[in-house]
Amino acid sequence: MPTHTFTLNGERVTVDVEDDVRLLWVIRDMLGVTGPKYGCGINVCKACTCHINGKAFNPCSVPVGAVSESDEITTIEGLADGDELHPMQKAWIEQDVPQCGFCQPGQIMAAVAKVRQCQREGRDVDDEAIEEIRNICRCGTYNRIREAIKAGADEM
Amino acid sequence: MANHRFAPPTKAKEPGTGLRAPVGRRKFLGYLVAAPTLVVAAEFTRQTVFDGPSASAAPIPSVPQTPEAYDLLDLLRDAARPTANLIRIEVNRDGTVSFALPRSDNGQGIITSTQMIIAEEMNLEVEQVKVTLADARPELLFNQITGGSSTTFTTYTPIRVAAALAQMRLLDAAAQLLQQDVRTLTARSGLITGAAGRVLSYGDLTEAAASRVDEQVEVVLKPREDFRIIGKPHNKTDARDIVTGRKCFATDLQIPDALPTVICRAPDLNGTPDSVENIDEVRDMPGITDVEIVSTGVAVRARTFGQAIDGVRALRVNWNDGTVHGESDETILAKLRAAELPMAVPPVGGETVDASFTFYFKSSSALETNSAIADVRSDRAEIWGAMKNPVTAQAAIAKKLGLPQNAVTVHVTEGGGSFGRKLFWDAALEAAEVSQTMGKPVKLMWTRADDSRQGRVHPMATSRIRASVTKDSVLSFEQRHTSVSTDFTHGLGDAITATGARAPLGNLTFAESIFELTQVTPYDFGVSTRLLNEVEMGFNTSSMRNVYSPDVATARELVTDQLAAKVGQDPYEFRRQFLRNDRMRAVLDAVAKEGRWGRSMKKGTAQGIGFHTEYKGVSAALVEIDCRPETVNRRIREGVTGPRVTKVTFAVEIGLVINPRGVEAQMMGGINDALALILSSSLHLTDGHFVEASWDNYFYTRQWNTPPEINIIVLDAPGDEPGGAGEFGLAATCGAVACAYARATGKVPEYFPINHKDPFPFEPKPLVPPIPESPTDGLRYTY
Repeated sequence: MPTHTFTLNGERVTVDVEDDVRLLWVIRDMLGVTGPKYGCGINVCKACTCHINGKAFNPCSVPVGAVSESDEITTIEGLADGDELHPMQKAWIEQDVPQCGFCQPGQIMAAVAKVRQCQREGRDVDDEAIEEIRNICRCGTYNRIREAIKAGADEM
Repeated sequence: MANHRFAPPTKAKEPGTGLRAPVGRRKFLGYLVAAPTLVVAAEFTRQTVFDGPSASAAPIPSVPQTPEAYDLLDLLRDAARPTANLIRIEVNRDGTVSFALPRSDNGQGIITSTQMIIAEEMNLEVEQVKVTLADARPELLFNQITGGSSTTFTTYTPIRVAAALAQMRLLDAAAQLLQQDVRTLTARSGLITGAAGRVLSYGDLTEAAASRVDEQVEVVLKPREDFRIIGKPHNKTDARDIVTGRKCFATDLQIPDALPTVICRAPDLNGTPDSVENIDEVRDMPGITDVEIVSTGVAVRARTFGQAIDGVRALRVNWNDGTVHGESDETILAKLRAAELPMAVPPVGGETVDASFTFYFKSSSALETNSAIADVRSDRAEIWGAMKNPVTAQAAIAKKLGLPQNAVTVHVTEGGGSFGRKLFWDAALEAAEVSQTMGKPVKLMWTRADDSRQGRVHPMATSRIRASVTKDSVLSFEQRHTSVSTDFTHGLGDAITATGARAPLGNLTFAESIFELTQVTPYDFGVSTRLLNEVEMGFNTSSMRNVYSPDVATARELVTDQLAAKVGQDPYEFRRQFLRNDRMRAVLDAVAKEGRWGRSMKKGTAQGIGFHTEYKGVSAALVEIDCRPETVNRRIREGVTGPRVTKVTFAVEIGLVINPRGVEAQMMGGINDALALILSSSLHLTDGHFVEASWDNYFYTRQWNTPPEINIIVLDAPGDEPGGAGEFGLAATCGAVACAYARATGKVPEYFPINHKDPFPFEPKPLVPPIPESPTDGLRYTY
């Protein structure tokens, strides 16, 4: 069985699994890191949003074979700096965003990447930028998400 | 804070009780439970709720309608009353307090509000109260259902009674240890401070406060004027776990050997497997451990969910027809039309307004799909899942497995959204069957396609209204709601009422009762009747968030606007005049003022206003909608845009508010739900199956649909009792959005959502295999 090595939340991990198994299942079912959620499996709901080398992506749609040894994958569990939460996580708590919380790990990872993207491109983190985020929240927390992204962006 | 429970010095302590109640304060019975540390319990005592409706002057008063005197919340509480004495609070040696809430939290925030209620009564900090969700407890009978926005209403008083008793015992124990008069002690943050600053923690006192025997004790509750936690905004206490990924949902649990399991389902709704052509071939696929035929399909168990899905996709199954084989939206609608009840009021003079609206099937699919873990052995079973009716689930699972009910342990996990879907236990029952068939533990998850196509739905319905109106009065208002049967066979949370609902005609009676207990025409519209007829047609339905009300209110509010036009009045002024009491007018006035009703709006945009009463509360919404072509036609990849609700002002008054921040959150969620119901999301039934297989087919509200401006007003109320919040954001908003759309476009829609008959903006996903393949190009979309 093929072996795959990459960095997950700062730790070197190696798994034995077929190349075509999607990274989401490697992370959740084999490595036991359950922050990224399954919500559709076809890169639509974005509940599994994580970072690869600092950029947002959806591991439900990436075969583990496409991940190379030098890739650094970050899930929600790896966003904070130890006990010190990332500014976006703090903003999420401050704005009391979550309801059920199922989509929120993906929402936060998407928000962080969107703010970084705006910063790279010299754009404001405004409603227009936020409306590019495709993550679904079935509880309908969108309005607080907007407030939290703007507040979090100010601290990033 | 000085202790509020002290009687005036002249009042003697009654023998056999710990009562130190000021004269005139209502007493409640609590129970001391024999235990090494302090354990208390409580039962219900009937309380009055709100004053009855006041008759309004000019309009012709309608006779009082059932929910104004006794509504669904009363029913749920009365059903809960006989067994609530089993609600227990324990004071731990570390000074914290534990309570296992016999309810299901799927994001509505009841764990946080319950912590607040206990902390208030016991003078603790919210974080010192540990609330978990109780396992299924069949001895609770009716008292373990989460539905009808009833949790706070039904549990508020019994939890407080237990907490008040615990507080009293701790104070008594402290008085004894300190040898000081109990009236000189103060309790704060889990510490009791006596004269000369001597301090004891609840943890120090719990053994001394414990009872060696079970004993009934009278207590009084903290008066509202002393509240320092209830009524103040509090953030959700699980937020840190959520934002760090630590909150644990059913599929996140690591139960030994419970491997990922997925079911291959039929192309037809509720189709069943006949035979499998290549079962051994699939058993040999990488990672797959087991493949077995079960009653609902073919179960595949594997090392990862990805491999289980691959196995499902590879299966070649011969299927039996489903329960709505060959049916479509059109055939179901025709059957509903045939079942519509006639209007009862003969023409009474004046002008008649007749209206008929169709509401298509909607999905209650939550972001967490139906999921459960089951470990079934020969003599026992253990189940984990988010279940709002764990007792009925336990009975159903036991029956399926051929085990006694007490051999089935049901753990209630926190859920990733419910919206009514988790009233049923579909995944748990299936997981139990699969685990028994395979002889191994399984972690069963419905894929999104399963959840969308085969999961429970909000039934298709028609709502017809006939009203007669003169120049200045409404003489009659009749509403006839005809619906595909809503499944209430979950009963009130126990096997006894569930069995009743499953008896012939049982469900219709239950549905009619729920309808009658929840629906009110809030306006004095003369002779006013509301009737429900339901037709069982083989669909999987459940009480989606706010059940009948979004449809009933949309029809009612649209016709109310038409009646206003007939009498030449402004929609707000007309509602104001015809609403039945001042409490109702207060929320309407609040949105009109805050939302600037009547401000000038550009062509193609409009305001709309709606009102709804339910859950012991009143609510109103004022929305602004933009239906201009440049807005409606804006393009978003694989998204639906359409008319944009640009602003929502929502006012709600639900009696005593435990956590205003939580109530605001629930209203916000309800508002976003309402937008989807009216404007963008529905299921399409074609040839015996639902077309929509995922979120790129079913257009729930997204960031690009949500109102850029939203203002939620929680009105203060004098009452002593909380109403229900979880579903209350929907109905008034649905009505307001529909009215705004009609005013902006000059066209009253006849069906909802308004885009239901538009061409699909997507290519329907295949039915065989039933799960779409996961893409492999995810790295092309990084940002």
